[in-house]
Order: sequence, then C-alpha cells, then structure tokens
Amino acid sequence: MFEIRIHSRGGQGGVTAARLLAMAALHDGKYATACPFYGAERRGAPIVSFVRIDDRPIKIYSRIRQPDMVVVLDTSVMDTVDVLHGLKKGGRIIINSAGKREFPGFECRNVDLTGIALRKNLVVAGSPILNTPVIGALAKMGIITADSAKKAIREMFSDERNVNAADAAYKEMSA
Amino acid sequence: MKKIATGNKAVAEAVKQATPGVVAAYPITPQTEIVEQIAEFVSGGLMPTRYIAVESEHSAMAACIGASITGVRTFTATSSHGLLYMHEMTNWAAGARLPIVMANVNRSLGPGWNIWAEHTDALQERDTGWLQIYVSTVQETYDAILMAFRIAEHNDVLLPVMVNLDGFLLSHIMQPVDTVELGDFIPAIYLPHAIDPKHPAGYGPLTGPDQHFKFRWEIERSMRDSVKVIEQTEKEFAERFGRKYGFTEDYRCDDADVIVIALGTLGKEAEVAVDILRNEGVKAGSMRIRWLRPFPKLELKGKDVVVIDRDYSFGFGGIVANEIKAKTGISLYSVIAGIGGQEVTYDDIAGFVRTRRMGEEFWFGVNTHV
Amino acid sequence: MLKCTSACAGCSDSLALRYVLKAAGPDTVMVVPACCTSVIQGIYPNTAFNVPVYNIAFGAAAACASGMSNAFRAAGKKTNVIVYAGDGGTLDIGIQAMSGAFERGTDFLYICYDNEAYGNTGMQRSGGTPMGAKTTTTPTGKTDAKKDIDAIIAAHDPPYMATACAAYPQDIFKKVQKALTFRGPTFLHILAPCPPGWRYPTEKSVEIGKLAVKTGMWVLYEREYGKVTIGPQSKAAMKKPLPLEEYLSPQGRFKGIDPKIVEILKQRIAKNYQRLAAEEEASA
Ligand code: SF4
Repeated sequence: MFEIRIHSRGGQGGVTAARLLAMAALHDGKYATACPFYGAERRGAPIVSFVRIDDRPIKIYSRIRQPDMVVVLDTSVMDTVDVLHGLKKGGRIIINSAGKREFPGFECRNVDLTGIALRKNLVVAGSPILNTPVIGALAKMGIITADSAKKAIREMFSDERNVNAADAAYKEMSA
Repeated sequence: MKKIATGNKAVAEAVKQATPGVVAAYPITPQTEIVEQIAEFVSGGLMPTRYIAVESEHSAMAACIGASITGVRTFTATSSHGLLYMHEMTNWAAGARLPIVMANVNRSLGPGWNIWAEHTDALQERDTGWLQIYVSTVQETYDAILMAFRIAEHNDVLLPVMVNLDGFLLSHIMQPVDTVELGDFIPAIYLPHAIDPKHPAGYGPLTGPDQHFKFRWEIERSMRDSVKVIEQTEKEFAERFGRKYGFTEDYRCDDADVIVIALGTLGKEAEVAVDILRNEGVKAGSMRIRWLRPFPKLELKGKDVVVIDRDYSFGFGGIVANEIKAKTGISLYSVIAGIGGQEVTYDDIAGFVRTRRMGEEFWFGVNTHV
Repeated sequence: MLKCTSACAGCSDSLALRYVLKAAGPDTVMVVPACCTSVIQGIYPNTAFNVPVYNIAFGAAAACASGMSNAFRAAGKKTNVIVYAGDGGTLDIGIQAMSGAFERGTDFLYICYDNEAYGNTGMQRSGGTPMGAKTTTTPTGKTDAKKDIDAIIAAHDPPYMATACAAYPQDIFKKVQKALTFRGPTFLHILAPCPPGWRYPTEKSVEIGKLAVKTGMWVLYEREYGKVTIGPQSKAAMKKPLPLEEYLSPQGRFKGIDPKIVEILKQRIAKNYQRLAAEEEASA
C-alpha cells in the first residue's frame, strides 16, 4: 500500500487533488481511497487529505500515520503544521515552490505549481488552481500513469487548460 | 460503471435511481452533501422528484409521512441532532406503516458541538420500529440504499428503513463504487393503505386499550417477517449484480477463538486487525453487524468475543455489547471507543483483542480508575 | 470579543458581534443555537468571547433564553440575556420557540444575524434567502420570496424592534444599547453579508452591506411601542435609491438572475418602502 498525505488550505484544491489521484489510480487498475480530514474550521484553514493506493481493496479508515509521501500545496502551512510528521525514512516530498528546498533524509522535489497555474490562466475567484497541476507532478513521480492522470482530469474538468497545466508540471518538475 | 464517489454521493446516486416522488430534507453536517446533490439532480431535470427544503427535521419527517401515505416513494437524510429532533415523527412513520427510506450519517450528540462519527444517534432510535442497517464502504452504502427501498416497500414489511453510515469516515471518504443498471429490481410502489378520497377512512384515530396493542404487535410481526424479505432481497441483489451481503459480515470467523464485533467502518478496519493478529498466531476473526433491526441470530458460543461500541447507554453500558449479551447469553469484553470521532486504528483494535479481559468494560483513552 | 476567531475571512457577522458585545457590556449572557457563531466563538478549550456563551440546540434558543431570563429575574439579577441566532435558527427551525418567547413577554434581546442561508453547512437556502439567489439547494436560484420575519415579530407587538446592517457598526451599537433599556422582548435583525455564501471578494463585506441599504434591499428602521422611525441612511436611499443591479451584480449568488425576478424584487422594494413610510406617517 502506498500512502500519501496532502497539505493545503481549505479552498486550494487539496481535496480535489486527492480525488483526482484516486480516480487516476482506479484507471490504473488499482484500488484507492481518498479522505479529507475535516476540522470545523472555515475557509483558509490548513487541511490534510489522505490518499491510499493498493492492489487490494482498502479497509482502513483511520488517518495515515506514516505516509510514504507528503505533498505540500501551500508552504505557508509549514509555519503551523509539521508536514514531515511520521514521513517514512527516505520518504518522498513534493513541494509547491519556485525555490529549492531540501529536507535531509528525504527525497524532496520542488515544482512551481502556483506559477504554472498563473501561466496557464487557471485562476478561479482570484486563486490559482493547484489540484490539476499537482496531478502532473504525481504522474512524473510514477504514483500514477500520465494517461490515467489525464483521463481523470478530463472526467472532472471540461477545460483543457487543466490538462495543459498537469502536462507543464510533469515537464517542469525538478529531478 | 466504476467511479470514485463519497458515501454521501453514493446515497444520492442510489436515490436518484430509485426515483422517489418526494424528498423532504433539512441540512445538517455531515449529511448535507446528500441533499445538496439531490437538489441538484432535481433542478437539473435528472430526477422527477419534488424536493421540499423544509424548515426543520421534525418537518422533514412529517412531510415524508404526508407524502408517503399518498402512496409515493419517499426519502430523507439526516444526522445526529437532526435525527433526534425528528424522533417523535420517526415513531409516527413506523406506527403508520410507511416505507420511508432515510440515510442517517452517524454523528455524536452535543453538547459540546461535535460533528464526528458516533452511533449513539441511531441507537437511540432503535425502539421506534425502523429497520436499521449499518454500512462500511461507499459501495455498500449505494447497494444498501437501493435494497432499502425494496425491503421497506415490500408488502410483508411496510416499515421504514434507516441506512446508517459513519460521519466523515464514510460520508466523506472517496472510494470506488460500481453503479448498476437497476432494471426492475425495485418494483413500483404499492401502498395498500394509501389515502384515497374514494375510500374514506380515519388514519391513526383514537385507539382504545383493547385495540392499541394489536397494532403494536403488527409492527413486531412485520419486523420478524422482514428477516425473510431481507434475505430474499440480498439474494436477488447478489444474483443480479454480483455483490453478496448478509445480516453480518464475517471475516475469518470459522476457526476463530476470538471474534471482534463492531458496526460500520470500525467493523471493516477490524479485518485489518484480524490479519495482524493471525500473523502473530492469534486465531482471530471479525464480525461486522450490518442489520441491527431486525437483530440477527448470532452464533458465538465457546468463543471469546470483543465488542467495540462507538456509543453508550449511560448507567448501563455499550449498547451493542449489551444487546449481544441479552440475545446470546455470552460473557464478553466490552470496549467503548471512537466516541465523537475519536481516532481508533487497526493497531488499537488488535490491542483490544490482545489485552481482553472477558466480562469487563474498557473505555479507550480514559483512565477509569481515577 | 477577543482576537483569533474561527470565522471566514471577511465575515461581517464577526464584525457585528464585536459591536453587540461592546454595547451589551460584561453583565451579559449570550445564548447561541447552532449557527456560524457557534464556530466563530472558537473550539474547546478556547473561547473568543469575554462573556458567558451558552450553546444550545438549533431550534431551542429562544425557549432556553426565556428559562434563563426568568431564572435571573427570579433571583433579582439584571443580567442581559441575548439570543444570537442566524436566519436558519430564527426564520426556520427556531420560529416556534421564538414566537412563544415573544408572546410570553420574555425579558430578553433576540438578535438575528441574517446571512440569508445556512452558512455552517455550506450555504443551503433558508427562509431568509432572497428570491433569485443561488444556494446549494437552489442551484438555479430560489423561487420563493424572503420570509418577512420583521412583520411576524411586529405582530407580537414587542416594545422595541429594529433592523440593522453589519456595514453600519455604530448603528448596531446604539440599537443594542437602546434595546437593552426596555423590559420585555426586543428584537434586532442584522443583515450580515457573507463572502463565501454571497460569492464576492472578502474585502467587500462593508461595501455590499451599504449597497443593500442604498438600493433598498435592506431598510434600516426602528419600531418603538409601535412607532416606526426610518433610519437616515434609508431615508436618503428612499429619496434616491441606487439601481438594484448595483447590489446584485457584484454577488456571484445572483449571477444569471432572471430579469423577471429582478422586476419582482424591485416591486417588493417599492412596496416595502411605501408600507414603512405609511406606517411611519400613521404612527407619528
Ligand atoms: S459562512 Fe458567512 S456568516 Fe458564516 S462565518 Fe463564514 S462569512 Fe461568516
């Protein structure tokens, strides 16, 4: 089983990203569950989503305690949340960042998802949409196949800019 | 067709396929997504249903009662305080023999406000004459709603059915769900006592001490008859759509020395604990109770039984544990865990089994000796 | 009220709350049914209020407050009892308890902050939702009119009732202070623009609130022992109202609204103005 924890703020698309990831995994012929952990907080509060992918049906409902991978859509949550908490030794990190961040002991990849969203004009109500670009990054990491990623995005969004943004993230993500 | 959906969306999808004539509902977390989705289906012309956005849950159930007695299929959804606010009317719906289907998203009760999973809400409704089922996956949620209409409306039953799913844990999780071509799986509704000006009758008038108990017995008789109807319905569902269910879901129970019993998602996660225990050489099994009303026949003699209650009856004990005790006469280990969304993992469940003390009660996370 | 509430950014209800609490002073108990304010007050063990807050079930605030008020008075205490409820808890599920409490002459102030939908559960229609507004349960716009709760309250003939708007904080302050000088039930109905629900940028709450008054969608007035006084802001608006479209167009919830509904809304505004002006004149 592969376990991913996504950190974002309410309204940034972390939940949708989790959903897209599960959909893509399903297209890959795998089993997947995605669950946002909701607090009672309002828009803008830090929020985590959990995605599990496996070859067998998944029977676990409790939160992920030792993820294989952590995705950070908004680095500002790192001020108040320990995003590395429980991450397995050598675990992987995707960070939405234009700069380069390193975390010793982990494999960290940086990708400027916000920049990509702005460039592709993927902006809703003033906020860049991060949920589709991050799916491209996850495909690059081999969590899902690029074909399934595109298929999942197209199922959910009719606007091709979403697929383009995922493509861009796929190409631009640091090695 | 396979897709990814939340438990709430699966409810709405099944309701859409069952096409009730009337849906009356009131928003409450974590159920709201169900009625939002239904409202969207209705306004988008995808459901030929009247959607009544009532002003309270009491009115939601009352509106369902008024609709149902005309002989149309009805549905509502609620949770927690909403369910208890309709309590007077849930009794009425069962007593009036109306096959209303309701999704209840299990959530704890205040104060303090807490929106997370607990079963006390539905368990406080267990004496109302509603059939109750507790589900554990998005797929099972979808399937149970479809079957609920058929079971409720069966003329040997004519009692309302409550489908219970855990707040957030199941209502908001996204899992694969395979939707079906329903065909004639749910026959057209026929309510023999539907209200009809051509045949004037009084409904629920003053009924004397020499009569009232007979109507109560009729509820119980139908409850007993529903066992057969549930079995038939689940059998035909399996034949048509390939997914098999039962009163309980038993996992590695056959040769087990110790059996964990729980409702809902905890019952599913217990299977992971069972695998862990088996690897340690413990002959464990798990039994997830699905139908709580009518209460299933359980074969538990000679085994250690650990019951996890995500609920409580104050001054008495875990509700499910005590129901099992009363029905089977066995002694068991009663664990109270998961109240108000308290996190309980498969490791915790395995721990309950390892440290079981038969005949005792244990509140997870609380030092009861202080 | 303290800093660090759990409200959405730009929430005008938290603004209104600040002024209500300031005006009410320390000898006050707030009774809050399920609503956004039950979240805004903070999550246990924190609280953002510096007066006691009694949380109670959705439909029960006015009844609970009438018990509390009677108990305080029986003990010879003057403690202000203020219900602070949303439109759902007032116009819909709480209306029975509220009507009873007003009819029984309960000594309390009932404040309804009206964000015109169920905000806590993510914006479903309520009896307070205006015609034409999209909510999650009216995805194509509400077809029924906003319930006139003020007329319903007026029918109970309380000594004092008023409307207010979160965009006019001093007005709220004055009205709360005044309401608390009366014995018996008093009512304050505050329009509370809500960025996520009404779908406008967070910094525009005050602007939207003012537009509601300037276009006549919301009228500020007081009713004291039956005598109606229309507030100066609304008086000015009545003379020269801004076109309703200026209020509707910045709000996503009115996007694509049927022009026929806009006409109905305009007629309702005109009728409402006429009625209030006539009442003011008759009661002068
Ligand atoms: S939903 Fe609206 S009223 Fe409620 S806290 Fe958010 S902005 Fe305020």
